[in-house]
Amino acid sequence: MTTLTKTEGEKAPTGPDSFLSVRDLRVRFSTEDGIVKAVDGLSFDVERGKTLGIVGESGSGKSVTNLTVLGLHNPKTTTVEGEIVLDGQELVTASEKEMEKLRGNKVAMIFQDPLTALSPYYTVGRQIAEPFMKHTGASKKEARERAIEMLTKVGIPQPKSRVDDYPHQFSGGMRQRAMIAMALVCDPDLLIADEPTTALDVTVQAQILDLLKDLQQEFGSAIVFITHDLGVISDMADDLLVMYSGRAVERGGVREVLREPRHPYTWGLLSSMPRLGGDTSQALNPIPGSPPSLLNPPSGCPFHPRCAFTGEVGGDRCSTERPPLGEGRAAACHLTAEQKQTIFFDTIQPRLR
Amino acid sequence: MGRYVLRRLLQMIPVFVGATLLIFLMVNVMGDPIAGLCGERRCDPATAAQLQREFGLDEPVRQQYLTYMGNVFTGDFGTAFNGQEVTELMSTAFPVTVRLTLIALLFEIVIGVTLGVITGLGRGRPVDTGVLLVTLVVISVPTFVTGLLLQLLLGVKWGWIRPSVSSEAPFDELILPGLVLASVSLAYVTRLTRTSIAENRRSDYVRTAVAKGLPRHRVVVRHLLRTSLIPVVTFIGADIGFLMGGAIVTERIFNIHGVGYQLYQGILRQNTQTVVGFVTVLVLVFLIANLVVDLLYAVLDPRIRYV
Repeated sequence: MTTLTKTEGEKAPTGPDSFLSVRDLRVRFSTEDGIVKAVDGLSFDVERGKTLGIVGESGSGKSVTNLTVLGLHNPKTTTVEGEIVLDGQELVTASEKEMEKLRGNKVAMIFQDPLTALSPYYTVGRQIAEPFMKHTGASKKEARERAIEMLTKVGIPQPKSRVDDYPHQFSGGMRQRAMIAMALVCDPDLLIADEPTTALDVTVQAQILDLLKDLQQEFGSAIVFITHDLGVISDMADDLLVMYSGRAVERGGVREVLREPRHPYTWGLLSSMPRLGGDTSQALNPIPGSPPSLLNPPSGCPFHPRCAFTGEVGGDRCSTERPPLGEGRAAACHLTAEQKQTIFFDTIQPRLR
Repeated sequence: MGRYVLRRLLQMIPVFVGATLLIFLMVNVMGDPIAGLCGERRCDPATAAQLQREFGLDEPVRQQYLTYMGNVFTGDFGTAFNGQEVTELMSTAFPVTVRLTLIALLFEIVIGVTLGVITGLGRGRPVDTGVLLVTLVVISVPTFVTGLLLQLLLGVKWGWIRPSVSSEAPFDELILPGLVLASVSLAYVTRLTRTSIAENRRSDYVRTAVAKGLPRHRVVVRHLLRTSLIPVVTFIGADIGFLMGGAIVTERIFNIHGVGYQLYQGILRQNTQTVVGFVTVLVLVFLIANLVVDLLYAVLDPRIRYV
């Protein structure tokens, strides 16, 4: 199943420090309507102790990518091609048994909605203890102690009594803390957080983000942080990957990308975001059109039907040729570097004030 | 919890009174019980009048009901026309039916739930389609057909079992009748479990359980099955009453002298005391089974609180 087809310059050698390295990942679902290309040739690296932020609209393949890393996709309807290397171990071809050993142990995941993601029928303590017992072979009593310790760490008051509560007895923020405690119980080296703060209100969101940063410093884990909230990402991430239609369209350090974005889609994302100190008389600029269907993605650059700058490129390159994403700080766009700079500073940046 | 149970027990009183009153009236409407006693011939008027006085049948129905209920509360279910105490009939019939019901329940739970899990997890596979087809056949074919067919094949043709059950009705002789009695409910339990499992296996907390690195059997048994069992428990709880009271057909086929058999005889002979007495006990069984199911919910789902 793992046929590695290098295409369109998306080859990057695995960096020496990269802990998780995804190369040319392609994920396809077969549905009744046809084949959905949920992820189409995605590559990225995450280093130990660093945080990679992945942003993009709904349906851009952010979550699918990370479910695939953990092997949580439905194997019957999904085909996965490419390479996912975690600490030297190839995951795409790994057996279910090997994946079981990794999940919750070396790689843990925090899900978006902690109410549905926690089982309503078991106490929070038991759910936190479960992976610990499985992976370390600890006794029930030790695991319970560990669960209390983890609840203390994530800042749940009176952990000794709350450990026996059920998820429905917790508030939204506390549930997410419990979820984080569960993910961190085996000291994972890689933590995948799939929109962990989307279901929470802003004050709780800030607390959870602080908590994640503190815990990262303590454990030195790598974090993949998926969100569609650029404000959150600027606070959390070291590197940023912007996804569109199952592909990476821009990559770089988080400050660089947010200060000086180089892809028209990233420009659109930034212009459509309200700012606290912004000019109230100026309307927000949503990106026209809607995300493309992944059943039948547009030819060439997937963003071209919604892009305002296809005229600048000239010819029909945007609709025929898929722009490559270069190494390091890069954007997958046919505009030349000078064009991007001029457009950004002349038309986009004034709007962002 | 204690208060909840108490309230539920109090609520049972009107249900119990209503149900027994209805049965009492219906049996009265059925016809003249004395006529039934004399068989095909017309009764001698003098004997009929004497019997009516003896059984209190000349009194108004309201009075009859009150007298009867008064007796029931002292443990006296009356006497059947053949002179046997109804309580005596019960003491021989109920143990047999309880054994039969237990076997049927065991089949329902073990086979039904297992098949439900297998089909629910492998939806669309040949196993699933096959089991679905079989359950459909079992549901649509009446019990007396399945019962007679199995009796003929296993009992008469191949001689694997005794075609009719002896009067002691030990457990081993009740295995086939139990399976026949359970067959339709078993098919329903399979389908209920299948739907429930198929629905819940895509839920977020099951994905979380997988993401925690738990092995598959643990995910299925601990996390998936427990949620999926709630509708099944409801069904099985309600089914206990049906299995006990509705075994008439099965008990007739295999000649089992249980509750169904006695009820059938009572109805046939227009024996008011037997019918009303047995049905009264069955009403109680229904009520208690329902209460137990409601209490079981709280064990299965901690979000349910009784106040």
